[in-house]
Amino acid sequence: MEQQTNLEPPIAVAGLRKSFGTQTVLDGITFELKSGEVTCVLGRSGTGKSVLLRLVIGLEMPDAGSIRLAGCDILSASSQELNEARKKVGFLFQQSALYDSMSIEENVAFPLRRHAKLSNAERHDRVHQLLGSVGMDRDLDKMPSDISGGMRKRVGLARAIALDPVVVMFDEPTAGLDPVTAAEIAKLIVDLRDQRHITSIVVTHDVHTARTIADRLIVLDGGKTLFDGTFEELNRSKEPFIVQFMKDAA
Amino acid sequence: MEDDVLAFVKPLRSMVEWTGELGQFFWRVTKAIFSRPFEWAEFSRQLDAIGARSLTLVALAGAATGAVLALQTRDSLARFGAKSMLPAVIVFSLVKETGPIITGLVVSGRVGAGIGAELGSMRVTEQIDAMEASAVDPDKYLAATRVLACIVAMPLLTIAADFFGILMGWVACTLADPVPLRLFLSNGFHNVTFSDILPPTFKTAIFGLIIGVVSCFQGMRTRGGTEGVGRSATSSVVLSSLFIIVADVLLVQLIITFF
Repeated sequence: MEQQTNLEPPIAVAGLRKSFGTQTVLDGITFELKSGEVTCVLGRSGTGKSVLLRLVIGLEMPDAGSIRLAGCDILSASSQELNEARKKVGFLFQQSALYDSMSIEENVAFPLRRHAKLSNAERHDRVHQLLGSVGMDRDLDKMPSDISGGMRKRVGLARAIALDPVVVMFDEPTAGLDPVTAAEIAKLIVDLRDQRHITSIVVTHDVHTARTIADRLIVLDGGKTLFDGTFEELNRSKEPFIVQFMKDAA
Repeated sequence: MEDDVLAFVKPLRSMVEWTGELGQFFWRVTKAIFSRPFEWAEFSRQLDAIGARSLTLVALAGAATGAVLALQTRDSLARFGAKSMLPAVIVFSLVKETGPIITGLVVSGRVGAGIGAELGSMRVTEQIDAMEASAVDPDKYLAATRVLACIVAMPLLTIAADFFGILMGWVACTLADPVPLRLFLSNGFHNVTFSDILPPTFKTAIFGLIIGVVSCFQGMRTRGGTEGVGRSATSSVVLSSLFIIVADVLLVQLIITFF
């Protein structure tokens, strides 16, 4: 596998197209993430924001375009190369996607057990540390069904950063959460950037969260990139869709 | 006319696609079973869930079959003056066919539905995607372990079904006409050879393969939320039962030919 150089962006996407049947969801999306930045992807529901993340991590294949993830061209990579790239990426799914059959501790330990050469004691300490960093170190033995949506997001985040990724992808991290819990999750994302220098891409339609966490925003509409810039630039945009979007979100 | 052709071609195409995808899945799972490192911890968990937890149901089904067989056959044999053949009829019937097929169908109902629903639920809640995104192969971790556990558990469960069937066959015989267990077993197994026992017992490993592969495949391709999970559970049971019945016919013919 090609090694990622310091100059290479953690994620680089060019001319990405994806259709489902006759519906074109993404049509020529191009962007590069800068290391250590939080980038929010905004847009209406059904505009392909989550599909974009699934394409980048290789859960689905695009119809056209190129994707480089952590230095790996995922469209031409072997499954082994793709898995090596995936080890450098964390993914927090919309519904957290915690494994139902495992306790919270086992969920966070799962990637460590698979990919990190740690003794049982070291793994136990690491899991405690990770869960502690998201404020969940007192419910280790609980099952995912026994905790709230906000707690599941925290555990999902602890699992996503277990292998010290260079990039973390968030799919609607604050969807369905109350404002206080949403703010706590947003703070955790900012902490990842400030304390661990982790690059994040956050798919959301929550403009308030985006304003809090984003260094850069990308707005998708009709499968195309409508806007790419800072929040201040977004506020100044005269694009009718963006004006309406921001007005509705206020 | 064009609509009639389309109505015929569409399901046919779906069936061909389904068969092709099942074949590809089977190949991936086969490779995963033989690739290192093997998922021993998950395999032993599945062996417990699929094998040990099916034991009670399989034992009950075997016992009921043995008892019914004894009660039903007894009168028929008495009419021909062949009542003394009853132990042999029960043993041969259970060991050669009834035990294996009853075990196959009972396990396909319990385990097939369980695997289809569990993996289906994992698919629609993105747990399988999460596994894949964290560089873990779901075919290897989820499917290969379950398929292998089904293959290993089925012959063992069949032996249990045979055992309880014969035991309850003796109980049913003894209630009508007391006969010592040792004499019952001696008469029953008098002409039984290993080739009567081993091939039918080990053919259930193929039933296990069918249950595992079909149920995992149906579960992992689930679409459409909770309704889809229900469909996957049902189709896992229906398809694996159907394939077990078809495979049984073919395997019996093979066993007769070669043993």
